[in-house]
Amino acid sequence: MDNRKNILDLYFLDARSRLIDIAAFMDRVDRAEGELDFRYDQFVEALKELSETEPNRAEKVLLAFSDPTHDPIPKATTKAACGAWPGNIN
Amino acid sequence: MRYIEPHGHMVSRTTDDYKSMVMSGCQAVCEPAFWAGFDRSSPQGFYDYFCQLTQHEPRRAALFGLPHYTWLCINPKESEDVKLAEEVLSIIPEFMQCSNVLGIGEIGLNKNSKNEVLVLEKHIDLAVNNDQLILVHTPHLEDKRKGTQLILDILKADSRIKPERCIIDHVEEHTVKMVLDDGFWAGMTLYPETKCTSNRAIDILEVFGHERIWMNSACDWGASVPLAVPQAMLEMKRRGKDPQYIDKIVYQNPIDFMAQSPRFLKPEDL
Repeated sequence: MDNRKNILDLYFLDARSRLIDIAAFMDRVDRAEGELDFRYDQFVEALKELSETEPNRAEKVLLAFSDPTHDPIPKATTKAACGAWPGNIN
Repeated sequence: MRYIEPHGHMVSRTTDDYKSMVMSGCQAVCEPAFWAGFDRSSPQGFYDYFCQLTQHEPRRAALFGLPHYTWLCINPKESEDVKLAEEVLSIIPEFMQCSNVLGIGEIGLNKNSKNEVLVLEKHIDLAVNNDQLILVHTPHLEDKRKGTQLILDILKADSRIKPERCIIDHVEEHTVKMVLDDGFWAGMTLYPETKCTSNRAIDILEVFGHERIWMNSACDWGASVPLAVPQAMLEMKRRGKDPQYIDKIVYQNPIDFMAQSPRFLKPEDL
């Protein structure tokens, strides 16, 4: 089992930097004009997982962006994935 | 330290990348067939690509003393056109005889469509009928969880499938458990943005163990790093992992899976 101080020594500054980047991204979105879409809605929802005390936060963030359905879609109309599922938030 | 790159799309990489990989300890590279970034217009385009994978690319790797292996298929991104897929599938057996072919891959799903499922099943049939290993691509981002579950359901429903001869690639925190629990191998792809980072991959190893799992760069024409595996090795070292542990993840495990094909030769035996 790793020592928590060692983990903080190794990764605190990196994680701090990424957290500030997220905050700056949200400020950037706020400053911009136009409508938001489902991607940002899911982003804000996924952020809530970081406040949880249970483990598996990374898994839960990934699931927050995932298609929860089970059946194959009738036809692929694009090859691309955008990182969030359009049907998640109505 | 030594490592094997079990998933690299070297047709997209420069000769300098080969040199850097070998200088970083790469002992063998394995190249699944994939999407070129544009749709090929005919089976002839795939025929030429398979010639590139089985003839030209091994020669390019050999310039640096690097063994090159490959996997054949039509990528799920081009599986919506079932007629084209069937035509491509019909030319694959000719190339299965080539000395560097390890199996069928990277097959799988992209957008989880019905035609993709149909073509995946045809690939599985081809692999099983020819006693080939299987390397499976799982979908990107929001489509990964659903696609991984669909793929596992399809494989488990086929009584001919031996899970230990299939690797399910590109797992992340939300898919790795289902893959390992069903007895399959799992691959973690180290990408800057869209898959695992080195640190997350090492976290996954710490949580889920280091059996039946490997890591790869999947370097291709997109945002990817051909030295991602040695970078992860350095990160493991920073976390205090011992050399034997690191060697198992990046060298022994890829050998254990791929040596199930008689075509794969252990680098130390060459």
